[in-house]
Amino acid sequence: MPRTLLLILLALTPLTLVAQTPEEKGLDIARAADAYDAGFVDFTANMVMTLTNRKGETSTRQIRIRTLEVPGDGDKSMSIFDEPADVKGTAMLTYSHGLEPDDQWLYLPAIKRVKRISSRNKSGPFMGSEFAFEDIGSQEVEKYSYKWLRDEACGEWQCHVLERTPAYEFSGYTRQIVWLDTQAYRMLKVEFYDRKNELLKVLEASGYQQYLDHYWRPGVMQMDNKQNGKATTLEWTDYQFKTGLSDRDFNPQSLKRLR
Amino acid sequence: MMKKAYLLLSLGLLATPPLAALDFSGNVAAEAQWFPRTAQFAGQFDDNLTLAFQPKLRQHWNERRDEITLELFLRADHRDDQRQHADIRELKWLHVSGDNEWRVGIDSVFWGVTESQHLVDVINQTDRLEGFDGEDKLGQPMLHFTTIQDWGVFHVFVMPGFREAEFRSPDARLRLPLPVDTSLTRYESSDGDEHIDVALRYTHFIGDLELGLSLFDGTNREPLLTPGLNGQGQPVLIPLYEQMTQFGLDMQVIVENWLWKLEFIHRDVNSEAFNALTAGFEYTFYGIFDTAVDLGTLVEYSHDDRKLNPGVFDNDVFAGMRFAFNDVQSSELLAGIIVDTDKQSQTVRVEASRRLGDSWKLTGEIQAFSNVDVADPLFAFSRDDFLLLELAYYF
Repeated sequence: MPRTLLLILLALTPLTLVAQTPEEKGLDIARAADAYDAGFVDFTANMVMTLTNRKGETSTRQIRIRTLEVPGDGDKSMSIFDEPADVKGTAMLTYSHGLEPDDQWLYLPAIKRVKRISSRNKSGPFMGSEFAFEDIGSQEVEKYSYKWLRDEACGEWQCHVLERTPAYEFSGYTRQIVWLDTQAYRMLKVEFYDRKNELLKVLEASGYQQYLDHYWRPGVMQMDNKQNGKATTLEWTDYQFKTGLSDRDFNPQSLKRLR
Repeated sequence: MMKKAYLLLSLGLLATPPLAALDFSGNVAAEAQWFPRTAQFAGQFDDNLTLAFQPKLRQHWNERRDEITLELFLRADHRDDQRQHADIRELKWLHVSGDNEWRVGIDSVFWGVTESQHLVDVINQTDRLEGFDGEDKLGQPMLHFTTIQDWGVFHVFVMPGFREAEFRSPDARLRLPLPVDTSLTRYESSDGDEHIDVALRYTHFIGDLELGLSLFDGTNREPLLTPGLNGQGQPVLIPLYEQMTQFGLDMQVIVENWLWKLEFIHRDVNSEAFNALTAGFEYTFYGIFDTAVDLGTLVEYSHDDRKLNPGVFDNDVFAGMRFAFNDVQSSELLAGIIVDTDKQSQTVRVEASRRLGDSWKLTGEIQAFSNVDVADPLFAFSRDDFLLLELAYYF
């Protein structure tokens, strides 16, 4: 009954036009996640970074983070190093800009110098850890192209599983697979694939807590390097939101008085 | 009105105490130095072992809008009694109010962008008894006002009191051809070392461009050293500090992996007016040979048209490589050479450092001079190649 088949096909055509492609669905989810987290204004937190090598030996760093939301652009953030003692007082200021290179300044306390640095390459390690600069930077929607893969259970939640491909130059990754929970878009897991498209690292975030009855932040982020056996754990404490930070606290000049 | 004032006052009083915990940090460092070549001057030592202590105290209150800092530097040196010295690097009160910052007391500041020398950086006297790179400075008494605005950052410095340069003793290596007799120091200004110096500085950044303009009017930190006789009729160098007006410009532009840098000064002192510049680039190769190592390559050219009192960087090229290993121990290696394009003198410097455990840091330095011309100001150091090892404990 070819006529009936044709009719069925015709009837279905508008539907297939309306249905989203996996790419559109992925982008929609990424946009929704971004929108969910918008409006936090600013936050401060303390971070303890523990580096573990293959032999199980550990080394720790203590860093204070201050972040200011910039509507319509990437965030401004400041990292102040308290430990190890030889880098105490060193601070880094970053203005993120989506696909454009970030503006970045480094303060060297020993000679009291503020140095503007090139931020073009983000694939290098942060403080000798398994986190690259691009892993800890501000995550704007336009930094990746997306593809929805599936929804599946992830621990106590349901997750969207997305594949995202870095859209910026000089990324160390061909792609990442991201698990976001369907309720509040908490990022629970990320797999990072290197330039040869082999699994390089796995990030797992846990201990999520809600702040201001809305914003979720993890207590622990664990990054395991599957190629070299090293690991880095970030433990986050003392999250505070809407602390009254302003643009002037993120001026390169203010690096000289950060303690 | 009164009620409001009273409320504000009591709030102010409440806000002051309780004080946050006093922050104490710093380092202790043992330094060993060897000079493999025989000395140029009789009586100069061939090795030395010294100890340095640099404690730092901080106390902030009023939600970090007020802060007092104290930073001391002490060195014990049993061979060179001139280098056995102590300095207050910092003893200042910082007050932040809105877009303005006030700093009162002894402080150090850094101006500029280049690596091989720091032309525009003239607020502090260089600590010539410490590092050979001119980055150690003596604390300078000052009143320093800063305002941070959309159009840039503007600084005003008023500096009562001058810090005289200190020199190594005659039996030390890396000393000048004649002993410097600081008891004979002369000043152009009748106020001597109490002349009140002033400086203005403006900095701003527009996209990838960083810009700094500065103006300094006061006692030149760099003494004019003239040969003379001391009270015993022995030949010595006598420092003369002239009054100077200096205009400075420093710029840096980022173009992809390139950092282009420029420092220019026009200095007007009684003996002569001159221009000097340092210009060059830093290009970084990220993650070389598929490792985490970054390699920065640096080239800087310096020119100085002084005739009377030529500096070391009169017509010199600096080329260097900086390896940042990006490892757990923050290992770094910097190797550089400075070549005088007129006199062909060469200075080679290699510096490496690595953290040991969480609190220790080991630094090694090699400095070598070759082909140094008799007319070069470096000639007095030409047999003072050295190897230095420093082990520091940070707390």
